[in-house]
Amino acid sequence: MTHTINVNVNGVAHEAQVEPRVLLVHFLRDDLRLTGTHIGCDTSQCGACTVLVDGISSKSCTMFAVQADGREVTTIEGLAKNGELHPLQEAFREEHGLQCGFCTPGVILSVYDFLQHNSKPNEEEIRHALEGNYCRCTGYHNIVKAVQKAAE
Amino acid sequence: MSKYIGASVKRKEDGRFITGRGRYTDDIVLPNMTHAYIVRSPHAHAKIKSINVDQAKAQPGVVAIFTGKDMEADGVGSVPNGWQIGEDMKEPPHPPLAVGKVRHVGDGVAVVIAEDRYAAKDAAELVEVDYEILPAVTDGAKAMEKGAPALHDEAPDNVSFVWELGDKDAADNALKNSHRTTKLEIVNQRLIANAIEPRSAIGDYDAGRDELTLYTSSQNPHLIRLLMCAFVLGIPEHKVRIISPDVGGGFGSKICHYPEEIIMSWATRKIERPIKWTAERSESYLTDAHGRDHHTTAEMGFDKDGNILGLRVNTVANLGAYLSTLAGGIPTWLYGTLLAGQYKTKSIYVQVTGVFTNTTPVDAYRGAGRPEATYVIERLMDTAAREMNMDPAELRRKNFIAPDAFPYQTPVVMQYDSGNYEPALDKALQMINYKKLREEQKQARDQGRLLGIGFSAYIEACGIAPSKVAGAIGLRAGLYEGASVRVHPTGKVMVYTGSHSHGQGHETTFAQVAADGFGISIDDVEVVHGDTAQIPFGMGTYGSRSIAVGGNAIYKAIEKIKEKAKKIAAHKLEASADDLEFADGSWTVKGTDKSVTFAEVALIAYVPHDYPEDLEPGLEDNAFWDPKNFTFPFGTHICSVEIDPDTGKVKILKYVAVDDVGNVINPMIVDGQLHGGIAQGAGQVLWEEAVYDDSGQLLTGTMMDYAIPKADDLPSFEIDRTTTPCPDNPLGVKGAGEAGTIASTACIANAVIDAVAHLGVKDLQMPFTPQRVWNAIHGNGNR
Ligand code: FES
Ligand code: FES
Repeated sequence: MTHTINVNVNGVAHEAQVEPRVLLVHFLRDDLRLTGTHIGCDTSQCGACTVLVDGISSKSCTMFAVQADGREVTTIEGLAKNGELHPLQEAFREEHGLQCGFCTPGVILSVYDFLQHNSKPNEEEIRHALEGNYCRCTGYHNIVKAVQKAAE
Repeated sequence: MSKYIGASVKRKEDGRFITGRGRYTDDIVLPNMTHAYIVRSPHAHAKIKSINVDQAKAQPGVVAIFTGKDMEADGVGSVPNGWQIGEDMKEPPHPPLAVGKVRHVGDGVAVVIAEDRYAAKDAAELVEVDYEILPAVTDGAKAMEKGAPALHDEAPDNVSFVWELGDKDAADNALKNSHRTTKLEIVNQRLIANAIEPRSAIGDYDAGRDELTLYTSSQNPHLIRLLMCAFVLGIPEHKVRIISPDVGGGFGSKICHYPEEIIMSWATRKIERPIKWTAERSESYLTDAHGRDHHTTAEMGFDKDGNILGLRVNTVANLGAYLSTLAGGIPTWLYGTLLAGQYKTKSIYVQVTGVFTNTTPVDAYRGAGRPEATYVIERLMDTAAREMNMDPAELRRKNFIAPDAFPYQTPVVMQYDSGNYEPALDKALQMINYKKLREEQKQARDQGRLLGIGFSAYIEACGIAPSKVAGAIGLRAGLYEGASVRVHPTGKVMVYTGSHSHGQGHETTFAQVAADGFGISIDDVEVVHGDTAQIPFGMGTYGSRSIAVGGNAIYKAIEKIKEKAKKIAAHKLEASADDLEFADGSWTVKGTDKSVTFAEVALIAYVPHDYPEDLEPGLEDNAFWDPKNFTFPFGTHICSVEIDPDTGKVKILKYVAVDDVGNVINPMIVDGQLHGGIAQGAGQVLWEEAVYDDSGQLLTGTMMDYAIPKADDLPSFEIDRTTTPCPDNPLGVKGAGEAGTIASTACIANAVIDAVAHLGVKDLQMPFTPQRVWNAIHGNGNR
């Protein structure tokens, strides 16, 4: 049994048939071929799958695709506008805030949401905001610097 | 001259990663692709009485189901062991899918292949396996006891090898004649690497050409091809291509050759369709090679002035259920040979017993053997200093190998290339403001606060080498690295490296080497890695070998090309090659303004209209670098911690690191490697541990149960360096990928114990969780 859903992803309207059990992250990756959103775990700990749903950072492995019906989803592929990188993307490159890059899309999108609510965070607040994202490569040191830079 | 080498060039690869355009194995979709799900044993030790796949096979979307017997009947070999430890080593077979018996939870028993991942998983639930459960053993020491359940017929006592190194009599004597000895029992607990990208493999057989392509999240595609072709599938290497595209971290767990790589490669030939398998995280916990798991007793003897006289170490290394690719070499050659540390210890003896248990196989994890060695030595040093009432920095200083003693021969095989240990210690002391910090510690104690300071002066051996030595110590591989450099007619350069980048930034660092070598822009260089069809041969990335071995192979290839280019330039300039100098990307006739650029020479090489007879067209070359020796980075890390006496929670207040990794190509990238390394070492001390219950179930089987450090748990790190170039390679580099982890575990552990030692706590075992620390504080009756 499938359901029809209407989702706007990165500004593009999609109508799709999905099984009710299909996770949003699988829908994005397998059906829409937006593979920038990653899967790092099956328990909603790692944050690699983080996207924006109606502007709010959400773990797309914890949502069913049907729950995205009628909503707007932004993935990492939709962050740069008119060929211009988002300041957060620039800052991650400038500050070496990534190594293998696997956690990076999720980290950037969760921090994106955070900065909407706190535009001048201190180090402690940034570290706290990163609670839902694991990075095994950077030791977070340069991720924190990148967020500070983007906030400037 | 060097414009790029030594500069913090921003990474070329970042563009794709920050925009979601990376291409990891699971991102790849091939036409007509199927999906695999592996049925795994829920028991740690059991006989497989029967497997019934009938019901599963009838499910919609199921394409095929295979068991270990199907693979066995087809002549598929055992997952190979790559490192032989002694003639008597027991090497029981490791079938890619279990046959007859399972030996750890997660051991694969069948593979279900279906049209999509949901269908495969659904059908897998209907595979019926009838098990006869056997008693299990998970602890290395217990597995050696009489009457313990035996895993393999080949090793009835569960012992794979007993290995020793050093002079036992000399060490015994030194300890007997010591003024005092310090003895510790040390558990270096089992860890799980947890690269954030789970492992993935896609097998793709082209029946028309009889060619197999395997995409796999591996740290060394060439080695996987060699092992799979030569030992497992018996298909010729020229019919196999391995691609490791973007890989989301490895940390050692993606070095070894895994059953899934074999299963996908074999099964795709059976069904003649591509097959993808990607691990779920809980599957990764059960099947990614685990790390560490040592149980050690160690004794260090000192004279009355604090000079180290001898060291005796006995270690039981838990290898897990099967021998993983490098399993034997890590607790032996990569561990025992580093037990001299930075110190002029005269006699050392170490014995290691490798044991099978009903747990996931153990292999390399960041540092592999060297963090374990450093942990033993550096814990002993801090403990001894406390017992002798000496300052831990001064005890180390007193025992350091002198700067004029290099190359330095240790009593345990290694000959250190170069080193100068005091400046690193001094710098670190200065950075942490040591005198003031000790004052603060005193004051804190008076106020009932628990402040501790810990040290770790480490040495590392990078870039296992040379091949001659690798062979002599039983490693079934050579340890050179290959590179190929191709100059295009327009002067653009392709660099093909056998090293593999999974976060280390090779596309940038190696491009820096090439850009400076040819005097061109870094934008004109492209680095290719991770594809056996494009790269002549390579050995991959692990053991901090990429720049030390791979980088120097590239350097050598560039030098060869420049030799030839110089001849072309000489022809063009109508001068003798001896009269030419190369600078800023041009050859100039000495003392004149006659010159020709690199790009002009490149064009002439491919449009040889007016060419001397003895030159052949084209401008490309290959090189292999087989290093003379390991390289030996070193450094001193110091940190301060505070413990909350009410909860036992440890907070790292300040962490300073002074590392000497030889010459540095890209300081930004090297610092990044150190940050990540320190964080992983901190993870081991404070939180991480793979825990099994007595029946062999992995209790820390998800990210909810296994504590990976989060941003909130860690401080920012203060990093500096000294530079002692490596004398054995032209770039003077040593390697930096593991240094942070090697140093930080002992450093933080020492700080925690320093914080509570005055309460009568003599020792603690990792991880120093709040509960353990609280118990230690309160169990001594001092509070
Ligand atoms: S994949 Fe969603 S949190 Fe890990
Ligand atoms: S950059 Fe590799 S996990 Fe964060």
